[in-house]
Amino acid sequence: MNNQRRNVLKTGTGAAVLGALAAAGMIPNVALAAWNKAAFEAKSMADTLKALGAVQPADSSDVQVTGPDIAENGAVVPVGVDSKIAGTTMVAILIDKNPNALAASFMLPAGTEANVQTRVKMGQTSNVYALVKAGDKFYMATKEIKVTLGGCGG
Amino acid sequence: MSMNRREFLQVLAVAAAGGMSLHSEFAMAEKGAAKLYDLPKFGNVSLLHITDCHAQLNPIYFREPSVNLGFGEQFGKVPHLVGDHLLKHFGFKPNSIEAHAYSYLNFEKAAETYGKVGGFAHLATLVKRMKARNPGALLLDGGDTWQGSGTALWTNAQDMVDACKALGVNVMTLHWEATYGEERVKEIEEKDFAGVVDIVAQNVKTTDFGDPVFKPYVIKNMNGVPVAIVGQAFPYTPIANPRWQVPNWSYGIQEENMQAVVDEARAKGAQVVVVLSHNGMDVDLKMASRVRGIDAILGGHTHDGMPAPVVVKNAGGQTLVTNAGSNGKYLGVLDFDVKNGKIAGYRYKLLPVFANLLPADKAMQALIDKVRAPYLGKLNEQLAVTEGTLYRRGNFNGTFDQVIVDALIKEKDAEIAFSPGFRWGTSLLPGQPILMEHVLDQTAITYPWTTVTNMSGEMIKTVLEDVCDNLFNPDPYYQQGGDMVRVGGLQYTCNPTAKAGQRISNMMLRGQLIDPVKIYKVAGWAPVSEEAKDAGEPIWELVARYLRDVKTLKPVELNMPKLVGAENNPGIA
Repeated sequence: MNNQRRNVLKTGTGAAVLGALAAAGMIPNVALAAWNKAAFEAKSMADTLKALGAVQPADSSDVQVTGPDIAENGAVVPVGVDSKIAGTTMVAILIDKNPNALAASFMLPAGTEANVQTRVKMGQTSNVYALVKAGDKFYMATKEIKVTLGGCGG
Repeated sequence: MSMNRREFLQVLAVAAAGGMSLHSEFAMAEKGAAKLYDLPKFGNVSLLHITDCHAQLNPIYFREPSVNLGFGEQFGKVPHLVGDHLLKHFGFKPNSIEAHAYSYLNFEKAAETYGKVGGFAHLATLVKRMKARNPGALLLDGGDTWQGSGTALWTNAQDMVDACKALGVNVMTLHWEATYGEERVKEIEEKDFAGVVDIVAQNVKTTDFGDPVFKPYVIKNMNGVPVAIVGQAFPYTPIANPRWQVPNWSYGIQEENMQAVVDEARAKGAQVVVVLSHNGMDVDLKMASRVRGIDAILGGHTHDGMPAPVVVKNAGGQTLVTNAGSNGKYLGVLDFDVKNGKIAGYRYKLLPVFANLLPADKAMQALIDKVRAPYLGKLNEQLAVTEGTLYRRGNFNGTFDQVIVDALIKEKDAEIAFSPGFRWGTSLLPGQPILMEHVLDQTAITYPWTTVTNMSGEMIKTVLEDVCDNLFNPDPYYQQGGDMVRVGGLQYTCNPTAKAGQRISNMMLRGQLIDPVKIYKVAGWAPVSEEAKDAGEPIWELVARYLRDVKTLKPVELNMPKLVGAENNPGIA
């Protein structure tokens, strides 16, 4: 593959694309407006859930967290959430051991497939939670992602 | 009673396996060698498997571990059996040639009796015999082939690349190969291996777009049967080894992609699907229980020379899981009988490569001699003579590692030394000279620099806990397949069954508890961070200097942690 094209595309995956998508009307304004300051500034899992209005979410096998078992680079850990729950309107990714538990939240317009991918920063091994809202109910799933010092392998 | 020659040899081989005194046993084994390697032909598909030879072109000694602990679901299960427990599980008699081939028992005496193991010239003879037995047989290389010797390092892996082509390798997957860097691996794939050897790895993708870096699998037609070989590279290469050597490649176990690849191979008509894996055996066993449609996983990485496969049941039926040891010591032979598109039966044998029982292949020996010739002066420098056995393999320490940490403490004037828990490295018998080649067998890597770090007591604990979790996390997918970091100077207690972060306690230095806030001078080597490039002289130079001073190396005392929770574990002798 043409390396230059790759590089252009690579640099393009950041804020510029988001801006372009927003400009093109592909991200509804309501999503941009829905920044939940309190939730993103909360420290603990419990406070974050409270700020999101999600008290005691139910564990669900219809929600899946994907990501590496051991992170290759704690600074950019690819994490995804897939929700099979009909009418999913919100997906949030919470990292228990991060200074601020909430790493990302996605507002999904009706009819959107509830499958999101992003990259998160992790300072240490932690459970990574997917919090999903459908109707007025919250559901949760978890996966442990390990962050190690490296070295010492076979 | 009258016997023909064939029957006579068979009786000899049985007698040899029957526990007679070692010296007479070898004489019999020699006569019965034909039997040892005379596998009856079975079925129409034959897969020959080598793995983790770690660039050992010539015969060597290799002591199997006396500590290979498993806990929880792995307690007492293959491969976490050592010594008598291993013999009992596989049905081998004490003092038999098999007992020596697969266990550490009676190592020194048996090694003297049976001689060295492995060596590509002897392996080549065995491969030729196995290919003559079933001309369609494929030779699969599970990786960790290009690293582990001075000549592999100095020739930038070219000696092993040429030797593997001469040996007739058809398909390979990777781990340490990647420590020569992305460009070198691709150069070998595209030039040396073009049209001859396929590199397969379903779980290596580019970090940007997730494009495949290698073919995920190949389908080979063997005696009319389409056989798919799926590759699984070591999933934690960029974590266990330096990230900067493979900056654009992403790994991981990639279980879902494995399922997709297996399904695709089946859809394309593969009647047999095998995975050539560098996961390590515990990871392979878990993967076999979760992915459907794999007939066998031919595994490596954890260096477990397991004489029989583990049969794992899963939603798709069953999967055989094998592991073929290390250092060129074994050749795995897996035969399938495929009838009407279905597997009707299988046979597996892990053949030990006894150099004295297999004549050297002349062409291969000539190739080896040629590649080594320019380096012989350096390789053959005698540094010292050892009075005790030197080996590396074991969960916590090995005598050769003890020498390395002793050397680091002395030469760096450090209080504590760390050495990585590598599982490669050959063994030496009491009385053998320690040559530069032997030191390189333990140390020849592309990031060999020695380091001195001022570490707080708390950081020391963090390091020990981190590595300990890589070894003893109850979930194999979180294990990296190496052994515990070797520690010099510091004593500690280890409870492998405790939770992550709570396994290490009672850390002592010179009779004093380690203070979490105090700073200690810690020496080490093989740093994975790019900043540590060229940090200090290569470890082999430091160890060589230490040994030249020592001259006669007394048997070393192993610094072993006090173990808690390992009582009655069949994974410790």
